[in-house]
Amino acid sequence: MNEIKNDPAALKHELTNLDLETPEKPHLDSNELIINMGPQHPATHGVLRVILKLDGEKVLGTECVIGYLHRGVEKIAENRTYAMFNPYVDRMDYVAAVSNGLGYCLAVEKLLNVEAPARANYIRVILTELNRIASHQLWLGTHALDIGAMTPLFYTFRDREEILKIFEKYCGARLTTHAFRIGGCLYETYAGFEKEVKNFVQFVRPKIDEYEKLLTTNRIWLERTKNVGVISAEDAIALGVTGPVLRASGVKWDLRKAQPYSGYQNFEFEIPTGENGDTYDRYLVRMVEMRQSLRIIEQAVGAIPEGPIMAKVPKVIKPPVGEVYHSIEAPKGELGYFVVSDGSTQPYRVRVRPPSFVNLQALDIMVRGMLVADVVAVIGTLDIVLGEVDR
Amino acid sequence: MVEESKTPATPPEGAKTGAPTPPSGSEKPAAEVSPPAQPSSGSNVAEKAAVLATSERNPATSPATTTKPPAAPAKPTGPVPEPWTAPLVEKYQHQFGSGLQAQSYLGQNYFIVDRSLIPNFLKLLRDDEQFDYCVDITAVHYPKREKQFDVIWILYSFERNERIRVKTMIADGETLPSSVPIWATGNWLEREVYDMFGIKFEGHPDMKRILLPEGWKGFPLRKDYSILQQDKEWVQINLGIESGQ
Repeated sequence: MNEIKNDPAALKHELTNLDLETPEKPHLDSNELIINMGPQHPATHGVLRVILKLDGEKVLGTECVIGYLHRGVEKIAENRTYAMFNPYVDRMDYVAAVSNGLGYCLAVEKLLNVEAPARANYIRVILTELNRIASHQLWLGTHALDIGAMTPLFYTFRDREEILKIFEKYCGARLTTHAFRIGGCLYETYAGFEKEVKNFVQFVRPKIDEYEKLLTTNRIWLERTKNVGVISAEDAIALGVTGPVLRASGVKWDLRKAQPYSGYQNFEFEIPTGENGDTYDRYLVRMVEMRQSLRIIEQAVGAIPEGPIMAKVPKVIKPPVGEVYHSIEAPKGELGYFVVSDGSTQPYRVRVRPPSFVNLQALDIMVRGMLVADVVAVIGTLDIVLGEVDR
Repeated sequence: MVEESKTPATPPEGAKTGAPTPPSGSEKPAAEVSPPAQPSSGSNVAEKAAVLATSERNPATSPATTTKPPAAPAKPTGPVPEPWTAPLVEKYQHQFGSGLQAQSYLGQNYFIVDRSLIPNFLKLLRDDEQFDYCVDITAVHYPKREKQFDVIWILYSFERNERIRVKTMIADGETLPSSVPIWATGNWLEREVYDMFGIKFEGHPDMKRILLPEGWKGFPLRKDYSILQQDKEWVQINLGIESGQ
């Protein structure tokens, strides 16, 4: 770089296409620089440490160091009864606690060979989809903030509050909800629940348009997200990436459609997909997902059947000897529970298949050759929660 | 009890009132249907043994080391694994013979394969049967068994919309060939298995701990690792405190 260039696009192009392998093109001092990003870094969304190998601004490779939030959730499960472990799962992906609880309850129900009653399923679907919107709103706010747009954070947190209010009224907690029990739901819907949920749908629909107005055609947003962190469908499948990240790469796969649970087959909704597998497409996919969740909520809330909310589950849960795997489509991807029973009151083994952990593995392939600032964008777009990565 | 639970629950009195019910109100129906009396432990042991005989691969082959009240008997009856029949199974049973068993439990299908088949069989599943997505790799520890560890691959095929599991058993100290060349996602998943169980995967590009710090001693998800146990030496050297608890 012998002359100073004023065109940022050209500069970025030049920096990303630096040929550092061949010494006859000495653009920059080609000493490799190794720096730590995190664990205390606002853009890593928790305690994630990324060791970056840099050449100037260009990322040559990354290594994630995780485990700072490791609490041994799987070990704790072996020392608790089935019901006692239920609240612990809320602490993994703490921005989508309802989904975590649903996955665990469904896995144990499968082991017990019990099915939740229809009314419980409707309540579960409504709360889980509300939680998906809340999770995506939090993702959008923080992701945009990382990239430099501060306004969306205030907008999304303002609107997410309405969801948390519904959760609080339903089960008393805003984040770590422990909303469901093995066999159904513990709590009936409160008076005015349906009306409040319907009002929320009406309230938040124009708000999502508002977020899009701020970002979708914003030039800075486009510059920072288009063609950033591209992952192909083949790479995504090989790396086991799921959720919106996989769908943005063009794979039309959603567990709610592929292997429906909790009565998702009764609702009409679309699976959005992207084409390029870049950060911008992942943004668009999640925006559409929020609208689709609203569609599901709208269908469900008007049709909650009467009936019991708990299946016949013995008070002391003692599943027969066996092992099952059950997974759900959590906001971040496939969340699975592999539960082994030895016929006692405590699980012999609970394995959590966390979507964030597996998706984070794709960080390296997504940022190689990009600029350092793009690492922040890619960590944001992966939508990881370190509580779930480390468990 | 399980069969009983399959039938839809009758509407519990007071559970559906539209108003928020106190926790005890909706817990009640569950309490009513709970078994009136526990079967005598003697008959239960016999039944448990019968279950074991029909399915020797059950986790019950080794009792848990977790503490539990000795008086509590296991469920008298429960579903047992059934043979899994499918064209896929017949094809590979023909090819591998006794090294491979196929079973189905509660509608979930799994293979139990000999350790020697491991890299090849997994590769065949990916290449010929389109199991292109490795959902998870995990392990279970049965300390009383000769082959102490179950290692489990959970696989999914987008083509077939089918999920299967592949399970193999290995003794303590034995290694397994890495599946990273088959599914890139195996990298971190195998590292976690090593971190928690101490099972090494040969040919893994970077076989080291992932969640626990490097230099930590012990493998926490083994059954002989107590929930309060920790690497005291590591804690004292690295954190400068007596105990992490």
